[in-house]
Amino acid sequence: MAHLEINSLVKKFAKTKAINGISLKIFDGEMVGIIGKSGAGKSTLMRLINRLIEPTSGSITYNDIEITALKGKNLREWRSECAMIFQQFNLIDRLDVLTNVLSGTLGINFKILKLFKFYNKREKIEALTYLNNFELSDKALQRVDTLSGGQQQRVAIARAMMQNPKILLADEPISSLDPKNSKVVMDDIKRINNQNGITVICNLHSLNIAKQYCDRLIGLSEGKIVFDGNPSSLTNELAEQLYDLENE
Amino acid sequence: MSNKLLEKHLSLYSSQLKTRKLWNILVVFLLTISFLISSTIIDFNFSNIVNGVPRLGDYISQILPSLDINLIFENSETEGSIKYWYFNFKKYAFLLYETFNMAVVSTTIGFVLALILSFFSARNITPNIYGYYFVKRFLEFLRGVPEIIYAILFVWALGIGPLAGIMAISIHTTGALGKLFAEVNENVDLKSCEAIRSHGGNWLSEMRYGIIPKVLPNVISYTLLRFEINIRASTVIGFVGAGGIGQELYLVINFNYYEEVSAIILLIIITVIAIDISSSRVRQKIVGEIND
Repeated sequence: MAHLEINSLVKKFAKTKAINGISLKIFDGEMVGIIGKSGAGKSTLMRLINRLIEPTSGSITYNDIEITALKGKNLREWRSECAMIFQQFNLIDRLDVLTNVLSGTLGINFKILKLFKFYNKREKIEALTYLNNFELSDKALQRVDTLSGGQQQRVAIARAMMQNPKILLADEPISSLDPKNSKVVMDDIKRINNQNGITVICNLHSLNIAKQYCDRLIGLSEGKIVFDGNPSSLTNELAEQLYDLENE
Repeated sequence: MSNKLLEKHLSLYSSQLKTRKLWNILVVFLLTISFLISSTIIDFNFSNIVNGVPRLGDYISQILPSLDINLIFENSETEGSIKYWYFNFKKYAFLLYETFNMAVVSTTIGFVLALILSFFSARNITPNIYGYYFVKRFLEFLRGVPEIIYAILFVWALGIGPLAGIMAISIHTTGALGKLFAEVNENVDLKSCEAIRSHGGNWLSEMRYGIIPKVLPNVISYTLLRFEINIRASTVIGFVGAGGIGQELYLVINFNYYEEVSAIILLIIITVIAIDISSSRVRQKIVGEIND
């Protein structure tokens, strides 16, 4: 079975070890929640998987291909297979919703004409279909920064889906959202996992939401894995330890 | 808060305020000293200005037209009429039009080159750090040499005419706008760039979708401001034979055609004011629409 494998991964920022020798396997189709308090290394792990940052040591492989050794076009291909959504959505504020969604194709199928906003008909139809799935097709030509936070995050998910990814990395996708929008976004992410079979790795602050939506939880503390298992096996004692007694 | 703690904070605040005041006095003192030293070096004194101003008045009174209020609307043959003063109006209008077009073409060329080079000369987005230093120094060189020097070089190389002027202003505009655009790029929020990189986009895609939409209002604003500057620059470089109304102005000054000097200067002033007003309105409108 295809899987993402992380071996003895270390990432240092100056003298601080943000990721301290992590090893784990994530299988295709899993929905994994990464939990832990701020500064535990959750976002750093996401960025290392997408190769937005370089590890200090260790390796990441996907289907026996060493991701940490990829360069140039191969690296861009990996990134396009490994979509990412962000806490602050990271959309192109001044552009319309449709162009934002279409920008998801810049990695998998780059053509110079795309720099002048010329996308082919198939891509436009695909983008509109995703927007329709997220109930945003009527906003397609609206400037993206006029949408609510929840709508913007769903545009970001639609953009990620345009990449036809194998893995979806969600870095605190609901941290900037109210409870109602958080539920809508998490439902969408779960649907993508269930219906499209896309592996989801999701950083979450809220333990309740992580337990509700994820098949497997990985608890991080000071860059180390302190828990890896299904949500029901996470004891209150361990949860309190993960969040320094402050959460939930 | 206890009285002791309050007193401690108050005394700390007073001592910080005292230090800040001393620094302010020191800065004002140093600025005054440097002003006085600079003034002495360049022989700047008010008595020279007071003595020279009457001579300025003499020249201005010489170039003023001899208009007669009773004949002001008479034909071009009648001395004292506006038409007599502006007997060469068609020629001036054409040369002003040429000057305007020189500014349009050179601003456009400068804008395109500056925008491209600004991506290499912004530290946060440059694809290559050596390229960054090279392009930054190159832009400094381009704007470091005054337009008039470029104009002299190009008049020598390409001959008298607007082409030399266009080349001179384009080069200087590239250097000046390149620096401004690079500074705008360096202050941009890179979240969109990060997103494009995260889904496999290349550097070109990052610049096109992550940077350009964000910097566009500032880029347009600076370009229109530069266009206003280039209208004036196109006039000045005409003095060295680089085309436009400046070339004609230089000619009439040299031949002491006093009334023609004032006729041309008045036309230039009216044109510059009209362009300044319309350009700033366009700038406000475009930037406002983009920001809305």
